Amino acid sequence: MRKPRLIAGSLLLASTCLAPAAFAETLDIGVTGELASFDTSQVSGGVWESQILMDVYEGLVKKSPDGRLLPGMATSWEVSDDGLTYTFHLREDAAWSDGEPVTAEDFVFGWRHLLDPANASKYAYLLYPVAGAEAVNTGEKPPEALGVASLDDGRTLRVTLDAPTPYFLQQLTHYTAYPLPKHTLERYGDDWVKLDHIVTNGAFTPVEWVSQSHIDVRPNPEYYDADAVTLDGVTYHTIEDRNAGVSRFRAGELDVMREYSSSMYELLRDELPGATHMSTYLGSYYYVFNHRDGHPTADPRVREALNLATRRRVLSEQIMGGTFQPALSFVPDGIAHYDAQAMNLEGDMDARMSRARELLEAAGYGPDHPLHLRLRYNTTDEHKKIAVAMAAMWRPLGVEVEMINAEATVHYQTIQEGDFDIARAGWIADYNDAENFLTLLHTGVGNNYGAYANPDYDALLDRAAETLDLDARQQLLQRAEALALEDDALIPMLYYVSRNLVNPALEGWEDNIEDDHPSRWVHFAD
Amino acid sequence: MTSTPTTSAASAAGDSLGREAWRRLRQNKAAMTSLWLLGAITLACVAGPWLTPWGLADVDWNAFGVAPTLDGGHWLGTDANGRDLLTRTLHGGRVSLSVAVVATLVSLVIGVLYGAVAGYLGGRVDNLMMRFVDILYSLPFMFLVILLMVVFGRNILLIYAAIGAVEWLDMARIVRGQTLALKRREFIEAAHALGVRDRKIVTRHLIPNAIGPVIVYVTLTVPKVILLESFLSFLGLGVQEPLTSWGVLISEGTDMMQTAPWMLLVPSVFLALTLFCLNFLGDGLRDALDPKTR
Amino acid sequence: MLSYAFKRLLQAIPTLLIVITLAFFLMRVAPGGPFDGERALPPDIEANLMAAYHLDEPLPQQYLRYLGDLLQGDFGPSFKYKDFSVTDLIQQGFPVSLEIGGLAILLALALGLPLGVIAALKRNSAVDYAVMGTALAGIAIPNFVVAPLLALVFGVILSWLPAGGWNGGALPNLVLPVLALSIQQIAYIARIMRASMIEVLGSHYIRTARAKGLSERLVVWRHAIRPALLPVVSYLGPAIAGIITGSVVIEQIFGIPGIGRYFVQGALNRDYTLVMGTVVFYGALIVLLNLIVDLLYSALDPQIRYDD
Repeated sequence: MRKPRLIAGSLLLASTCLAPAAFAETLDIGVTGELASFDTSQVSGGVWESQILMDVYEGLVKKSPDGRLLPGMATSWEVSDDGLTYTFHLREDAAWSDGEPVTAEDFVFGWRHLLDPANASKYAYLLYPVAGAEAVNTGEKPPEALGVASLDDGRTLRVTLDAPTPYFLQQLTHYTAYPLPKHTLERYGDDWVKLDHIVTNGAFTPVEWVSQSHIDVRPNPEYYDADAVTLDGVTYHTIEDRNAGVSRFRAGELDVMREYSSSMYELLRDELPGATHMSTYLGSYYYVFNHRDGHPTADPRVREALNLATRRRVLSEQIMGGTFQPALSFVPDGIAHYDAQAMNLEGDMDARMSRARELLEAAGYGPDHPLHLRLRYNTTDEHKKIAVAMAAMWRPLGVEVEMINAEATVHYQTIQEGDFDIARAGWIADYNDAENFLTLLHTGVGNNYGAYANPDYDALLDRAAETLDLDARQQLLQRAEALALEDDALIPMLYYVSRNLVNPALEGWEDNIEDDHPSRWVHFAD
Repeated sequence: MTSTPTTSAASAAGDSLGREAWRRLRQNKAAMTSLWLLGAITLACVAGPWLTPWGLADVDWNAFGVAPTLDGGHWLGTDANGRDLLTRTLHGGRVSLSVAVVATLVSLVIGVLYGAVAGYLGGRVDNLMMRFVDILYSLPFMFLVILLMVVFGRNILLIYAAIGAVEWLDMARIVRGQTLALKRREFIEAAHALGVRDRKIVTRHLIPNAIGPVIVYVTLTVPKVILLESFLSFLGLGVQEPLTSWGVLISEGTDMMQTAPWMLLVPSVFLALTLFCLNFLGDGLRDALDPKTR
Repeated sequence: MLSYAFKRLLQAIPTLLIVITLAFFLMRVAPGGPFDGERALPPDIEANLMAAYHLDEPLPQQYLRYLGDLLQGDFGPSFKYKDFSVTDLIQQGFPVSLEIGGLAILLALALGLPLGVIAALKRNSAVDYAVMGTALAGIAIPNFVVAPLLALVFGVILSWLPAGGWNGGALPNLVLPVLALSIQQIAYIARIMRASMIEVLGSHYIRTARAKGLSERLVVWRHAIRPALLPVVSYLGPAIAGIITGSVVIEQIFGIPGIGRYFVQGALNRDYTLVMGTVVFYGALIVLLNLIVDLLYSALDPQIRYDD
């Protein structure tokens, strides 16, 4: 929002000379949830949280407006030939907002803090590629065993990995890899995160936080590129009701509204065509099949039949009004170093339906013995609409669907325990790599809700994890996904798209595949 | 008969009270119209879903979110999933009305008896009984309902039980307040002096005399229960698909108020009409039952 | 009267204890836990979390620990809002909820009472029907419909008032939420006042007063309104509960940082400490408000005496 800036000094100036028109340019962003903490180890994982954290902190690398990797706290780095050792050279002029330099020590300290079992960080596992990280996190080894070292008086950071990890640099943009201000943590203990004490190394630094209302940040004067930041501040408004967020954007109270509701898309597109953004996003919306014994979905014929009867275009266009893309694969289209796979759904809808009927009949289901399925989804309007449509698509096959919705905590706990036939799930990439999705079908992984287990699939993924050559790795991952799709391991349904309302007067705000929009690049057009 | 309710008047009223009230109610045009309309809505909700060409979960693949139209068979339009809105609204009425009736009856029976006994007996018993009500009150009840819903899942029987359990507290307090005020009146004291038993005084004298405010309160309670159910629906704690209720439909419609206003209007009109009728019927009943205007 | 009030406050202690116990164990019976989410946690990390919040202890021990902390005025840390303690959150949110809720009650009384009296005096006239029809519309529309409608009309279309946000409690930001919160209560109070006023106006002592030749104005003001207020006062308890419930919706739709939202959010997220904090706090508040209502009731009706 632009508000006339009233400063005593400028009034004085105005009386003596003609002062240039001064506007306080604050960026007002509506986010759909509340930040859990400015301590990056305590963050709960909402998409909105990374928006705030990437504005106030900066990792070794950062992102450009279109999502490319740029040097951040590190100006350059080298990777050893075996892909196991990364050496980062830190920026000379990197500083915390109190003027203290950002050193490699702060990274070592921050990463140990994240992995310290006492801090119980939910996302600690994202640093597990670092040597010793898992052992430190489980308390088997002391924090000092972590494969990070500060060299050259803190000007150089050396990171050792357990295995070559092609997406490691990508991962460093995630908030789990940010540094923490060692000097203030040592001085204030747990209170370092209180607004009176907090220092940050990003383009902005927090000054006010009214829980459930807003967080205000101001430019960090010590930021190495402070001159390039033209905003006078950013306000993040917590708006849980998405329709309310749309109203506030339309009333001109917000410059950006993240994740507007899909039901408003058509109206907004017509009314505010310049402000309504929709773009490819790295997220997959799918239904999990329960592969455990005793569930009808353990039968591959049932799974294939249900997949055949799923009309993805109807879901994306008619149910969701074009705010999702139809998906024939699990890994979304657009992932780096990956060619999207596609399920084999040949024939027109009639042919597919009769094939599905045959399959169900072969599996022993028919009018006398209808297939009864328990479909679980977590409570939101979108999930409800999709579940209702899916049930209706399967009904012509004689399938009876019992729909059960529950709040997210219960939903995920229940499906992790395996109490379902079919369950709604979704995955937004933590980092731009197919492995992040495919690992969800690996035997024994916590988020493999349906307990899909295929030794060949696991072997392909394990081999990919050890393969340094990007092309060879890509082939292995693609073969793995093709195998899973062949097995009808799940029902790929939709790819997420990012949805944002953006004031057309903003420059430096670009749609990108990870939907990350650092405010440091944003400014108001003159 | 004097205009002052006396012991003789109140006890003599016993049998003929119902017939007399009915006669007087029939003379009230607004109340009778409401009664007929309410009956019509109830009948439509009970029988209607069998008559409409669409089922509760039937999807018309050619009609997602279409506006009300005479051709195509969707007289009141369809919802975002292509289901006939008239059919769903009538089905929703079954759920909403049954929740309202059952929950209100539960709260009425418990609340009136409890309140009248507490207020009439007074002293330590009153104190103890009201302490219990206070305890239940002090447990923010919305929270208890929400908690019950999350503990036991979204079960329609539970919605009945939970809402009935919330509402009797208000009823008990109001009846107690009325009773406290009434019992010092001369006609109760007279009954006492004549040796009428406590139980009889409560059921024959206190409750009938407190009936005006109670009936008004019932006409407030039924809508409140329907609205409470809709509040739970708004929080996502409503009935499970494919079942629906007016609350669920209105909550869904609210999100679409600009793009598909009929989705909000259709169930809202049914809801509002029902509430209007309940109001006029309640007023009529109060006039008919009021011992003071007899 | 004073010692009665004191006694009632003392009795609040066992009341609160029951409330705490009930809420504590119900919350723990509920399926799902504070750390269950979209992403399954590796068992080690989950174990770390459980240990960090003492959730690995036996339930009775956790219960005693909670009571012990509570006695020292410590509501514990929030499971979800890590940078705030539950005490912080309540301290920050309660004044906001109180402001919105208090204003809504005042507005409801200020409009509801006179409307009810007028409708009763002009019973069965056009005025009566107009007032009661409007009141009924107020009852018949859920506030989760009213609130976004108000935001849409006054915020988006007319641009007279902010469509949401708190802005430190600035007047323009207050108008719509307070209005949305009070509409239902205005309607209820007007209806109750009307019914009770009609009842009183038909009673023998009003007839006596009229028979004595007192002016209608005097009859209404001096003799009718005071007893007619009793059912309204009785209703204030439920009204406050209604306002608290309504504030959940209003705070969510207008983005107001009150504690109503913590209540529902905490329950849905299984944020045990936050739920307990709001329950204890609301429990104490409701005990207090009920006491005030009772005292008010006895002040209005001299026929009721509280025996000490």
